[in-house]
Amino acid sequence: MSEVELLSVSKLYGNKQPYIIKNLSVTIESGEFFVIVGPSGCGKSTLLRMIAGLEDISEGVLRIGGEMANHWSPSQRDISMVFQNYALYPHLNVRENIIFGLRVKKISHEEREKRLLEACEMLNLTDYLNRKPRELSGGQRQRVALARAIVSQSPICLMDEPLSNLDAKLRAHMRSEIRKIQRQFGTTMIYVTHDQVEAMTMGDRMMILNQGEIQQIGRPIDIYNHPANTFVASFIGSPQMNMCEAYYDGTSQELRINNDLKLTMALPKLKTSTYIIGLRPEYIHIPQPNNSNQTTVQVVINHVELLGNDTLFSFQVNDQQWTAKWNGQWLFEPGDKISIALDADAICVFDKGTRQLVHSSIKQDHDELQKGVLA
Amino acid sequence: MAMENPTSTGKVPSLNMPYRTFWEKTRPIQVAILFLLPSLILFSVFVFYPLFRTIYLSFFLTNQKGLPTVFVGFDNFIQLFQSADFLQSIEATFLFVLYTVPASVVISLFLALLANEKLKGIHFFRTIFASSLGVSVAAASVTWLFIFNPTMGVLNRMISFFGIPEINWLADPHWALLAVSITTIWLNLGFSFLIILGGLQNIDQSLYESSSIDGAGYFYQLRRITIPMLSPTLFFIMTVSLINAFQTFGQIDLLTGGGPGQTTNLMVYAIYKDAFVNFNFGKASAEVVILFLLILIVTLLQFKFVEKKVHYQ
Repeated sequence: MSEVELLSVSKLYGNKQPYIIKNLSVTIESGEFFVIVGPSGCGKSTLLRMIAGLEDISEGVLRIGGEMANHWSPSQRDISMVFQNYALYPHLNVRENIIFGLRVKKISHEEREKRLLEACEMLNLTDYLNRKPRELSGGQRQRVALARAIVSQSPICLMDEPLSNLDAKLRAHMRSEIRKIQRQFGTTMIYVTHDQVEAMTMGDRMMILNQGEIQQIGRPIDIYNHPANTFVASFIGSPQMNMCEAYYDGTSQELRINNDLKLTMALPKLKTSTYIIGLRPEYIHIPQPNNSNQTTVQVVINHVELLGNDTLFSFQVNDQQWTAKWNGQWLFEPGDKISIALDADAICVFDKGTRQLVHSSIKQDHDELQKGVLA
Repeated sequence: MAMENPTSTGKVPSLNMPYRTFWEKTRPIQVAILFLLPSLILFSVFVFYPLFRTIYLSFFLTNQKGLPTVFVGFDNFIQLFQSADFLQSIEATFLFVLYTVPASVVISLFLALLANEKLKGIHFFRTIFASSLGVSVAAASVTWLFIFNPTMGVLNRMISFFGIPEINWLADPHWALLAVSITTIWLNLGFSFLIILGGLQNIDQSLYESSSIDGAGYFYQLRRITIPMLSPTLFFIMTVSLINAFQTFGQIDLLTGGGPGQTTNLMVYAIYKDAFVNFNFGKASAEVVILFLLILIVTLLQFKFVEKKVHYQ
């Protein structure tokens, strides 16, 4: 068993406030690909290093495979770790780098060679075995670091932003590669990143951290559709979710953003008050003629980005800059006045004080949708 | 102007460069020399001229003013290699190198490893360990004179505690070279320690973290990571200490004056005595040339055999 359990774990340096990690509890299942994501300085790397045993745990309990592991040395935890800078030994060649850990563990020569060959074939490293790390490209170094984790055959693998030093194309390739390897070995993967694309695409589940505190844990798609608070809403998704204040009138069942923009919608659970609403760029549509059900409004474009098959354009809503994402190529110019339609069903409503989600109702529930397509 | 190439159609610009004078062509070299000039002048006055003058003098007999009088060819060198005193001096020099260089490197590596640990107040120890860097040879020698003093010295008192009889450190032919070596090692420590500590702190911490996850212990890390990663630094320290050891003068002059007998008469001290006590500049110059060649050969050998084990990043 190789699940990792954190119970009210905290971290502070010395006895000084503030907490780097505050009262964090999560259970990472055996064989799960778990992504920890957050902005830089949120404590995600510290958390990973605490799991690895490279940092002390100030408060709380860490369990690995059901056993209390707070005071285990890094090697007792039976983990492998891929560092952001790869931590390759510059004086050793690729072969020696990969089997370094196996030598330490006094694994027999035959077994070492077998695992080395296996990992190198998987990662196309066979031709580089006698090269020093400085003679390799960034992507090759990254693969050596990965091979080192693979040959250890540890049930738990920790990765600390392993793709952040690669260019965009290679990163996309390695994302799927890492995911494939993790599936193949059934490794419990704890993967730290600041890149929300990696978090969305790779993880079975993800945890969003901010300032040492959990914001939300869940399946990436659920987090995307139902962000727990405004931080998660703006952190996950690119371009980020549009937000602004709006007044909800319970008697007329109207959500007033400003004098021109009112959405008629029933939110029975909500009191008449001011809220923060959020709407993703893809839920701002092209108005359809003769559709009385839609809420349209005229806006002035102030910025356009043509992405090839999508067009992003921004406009002002109250004091906020909103972005819309339309399919196709739209040759707008800044200053153009156009009509847009808002998808009221896709609006997320957050409490103005606590900034927690109080309403979200993505009508196309992905599970339902999937059932219709699956053969 | 360039001549029009008869085969060209006129559409392609002629590649013939306009004629330039020699002065214009050598312009980059002129600029380079201008930049090098200050150091060239300094080196010429203080290094190149004395070097060639010394080689020149080594083929002559000289008068008391150090001016060449009679050309003797290689006679000075032949006489030196027939002189028991000079051979003894070479032997003492090599012994001295053997006593001081490995010990300096090993001890300062040990101190640097200690001082590289993250402990409370470690900066205090780092300062203390590096402090001999700031002590002049003269001050250190005088201090060690007191330490070595046969009746009042701390060293003899300490060994008498263990029941060992008094040793006359600086006057006993068995101990004098060792005593001077101890002083020299102490003097070397500060510099070597500082350089090695710098080298240690340059080693990426994640290498140790990664290996500790694999389960490598302290000594395994020391052998497989620290020493190889430190090898360029260690090689530098060894080369510098080696050359320094060959050129030792101050400690000898102040502690033993080359005695007792000839046991601590290292080459540079012998040169000094021949040149400025006996005014035999020709012979002294020949000794200098031999010392120069010895250092050159030993350093080259070191580069040939030791540098192979150095891992440059």
